Amino acid sequence: MPPVSSPILSISGLSKQYKSGHTALGGVDLEIERGEIFALLGPNGAGKTTLISIVCGTVNKSGGTIAMDGEDIAHNFRLARQRIGLVPQEIAVDIFTTVWNTVSFSRGLFGKAPDPAYIEQLLRDLSLWEKRDAKMIELSGGMKRRVMIAKALSHEPDLLFLDEPTAGVDVNLRRDMWALVRKLREKGVTIILTTHYIEEAEEMADRVGVIDGGKVLLVEEKAALMRKLGKRRLTLTLAEPLAQVPAALSDWSLSLEEEGHKLVYSFDAEEDDTGMPALLRRLDDLHIAFKDLDTSRSSLEDIFVELVEKSA
Amino acid sequence: MSGINIHGIWAIYSSEMARTRRTVLQSIATPVITTALYFIVFGGAIGSRMQHVGGVGYGAFIVPGLIMLSLLTQSISNASVGIYFPKFTGTMFEILSAPLNAIEAVIAYVGAAATKSVIIGLIILATSTFFTDVRILHPVWMVGFLLMTSIAFSLFGFIIGIWAKSFEQLSIIPSLIVTPLTFLGGAFYSIDMLPPAWRTVSLFNPVVYLVSGFRWSFYGLGDVGVAASLGFTAGFMALCLAILWWIFQTGWRLKP
Ligand SMILES: Nc1ncnc2c1ncn2[C@@H]1O[C@H](COP(=O)(O)OP(=O)(O)OP(=O)(O)O)[C@@H](O)[C@H]1O
Ligand SMILES: [Mg+2]
Repeated sequence: MPPVSSPILSISGLSKQYKSGHTALGGVDLEIERGEIFALLGPNGAGKTTLISIVCGTVNKSGGTIAMDGEDIAHNFRLARQRIGLVPQEIAVDIFTTVWNTVSFSRGLFGKAPDPAYIEQLLRDLSLWEKRDAKMIELSGGMKRRVMIAKALSHEPDLLFLDEPTAGVDVNLRRDMWALVRKLREKGVTIILTTHYIEEAEEMADRVGVIDGGKVLLVEEKAALMRKLGKRRLTLTLAEPLAQVPAALSDWSLSLEEEGHKLVYSFDAEEDDTGMPALLRRLDDLHIAFKDLDTSRSSLEDIFVELVEKSA
Repeated sequence: MSGINIHGIWAIYSSEMARTRRTVLQSIATPVITTALYFIVFGGAIGSRMQHVGGVGYGAFIVPGLIMLSLLTQSISNASVGIYFPKFTGTMFEILSAPLNAIEAVIAYVGAAATKSVIIGLIILATSTFFTDVRILHPVWMVGFLLMTSIAFSLFGFIIGIWAKSFEQLSIIPSLIVTPLTFLGGAFYSIDMLPPAWRTVSLFNPVVYLVSGFRWSFYGLGDVGVAASLGFTAGFMALCLAILWWIFQTGWRLKP
């Protein structure tokens, strides 16, 4: 067993050029820590699925290396594959088989001896037990997605990839899913997920990686990222609406919202001098009265949009 | 798990066999009915006006050819659908991401397709005994040819399934090449009955070698030597294996 501190997955210089000539990955370096939940964020076409697919062996890489516990996965592909579970972005199932059969099939396919008790527990955890004898064709989309998760977990992987697992999923299922993810993490499973619901990454992930145009733009502890890039907003609800921001306030980056009823000041939370006290004094001097005051921290979503815009 | 992924092979093999059971009517009944019709038409209606071929009644004479015809078409269609279906539904990702190497995947898929063909071949053989007197002079060879042909053409079907990008392509090679070659391959006649020119042409038809060897194992008579039949079947199997090896090395039509 390798030391706990070493990364479970090390990707270096990974590149992918599809036959169409499109470069989906342009030299990606990424290390995934053992036991963490890592969220990979990026707009459509960023290369998230391509990255995951190469690690899981469903897409050929063009260059670079992938190591699991320090060993190139090409050297002992069986060992690596057996430890990896994948819930793909698209639901793909043999619609004529039953839930129980398809999940058992996956377990066998990944080289594990049958274990009906484990499969039963898995199906119960995913609220699929009642449906175990139903054919896939009889299930709703959300149910099918649960089955995809059950299949990915059927062989007890310790590295799980979830490619947009909550896309098109209702609130209940999403909550179940995150409960399951937390439970898995407690068991020591490392989880890499992509999602467009950025609040979820914000809520779930230990670390966040931002990818766009096939390049990893940044990898950061979620909390550090929030601190580092987090903008704060001061919103003042004015007593009297303003037509425009007075010239006397041009030292601050201000904007008006809601037809001049709200004055918004955005500032860097990390700066020693946020400029907020001075602004409030100046407003007092100018006799601009406000009824309410509110500050908020920007969400990961804001950060993400900003980063992607910067790199574009 | 060490060495071989036995559970993986078994998972695919048994799910393929389950698919056969689900479609039992189409999988088993169709070839049986078709064969019975061949006996009634060729063996009964036409055969009664044909002379014996090499001392064997016409009905009995066509049995090996009929079995061969089913083995070829069934092996190809079973194996090609078996691997094309996951490509079509997208479930291929799971096979590709599994700790399963090329040899194991081939054993599982081709093994299941060949098993089904052998079962069908034996059912046809059993059916034919209701219509005619069948003797088997060399049962070991008969079983050998049955197995080899099923495996070789299941391999071929597997390649077609990987190559095909649509259901149309899936059936194009069987219907445009294999069926004509089989009909012209001496399934229903001895190529000795043909004019010399056509006989020479027939010798370029690979199916002639298959049918001939198989018929020899029944009645001890064949259009070409047993060694040639055996050599052809083995050679064809080797060629398919080589192509498959290349496919899995490169991920051709399997992985983007
Ligand atoms: N099989 C393929 N052949 C050619 N180009 C492809 C293929 N698959 C993906 N691409 C291209 O590679 C790029 C990255 O695609 P990828 O699916 O990895 O993006 P993604 O980040 O997962 O996007 P999304 O959020 O929409 O799922 C895209 O421009 C896409 O069009
Ligand atoms: Mg994607």
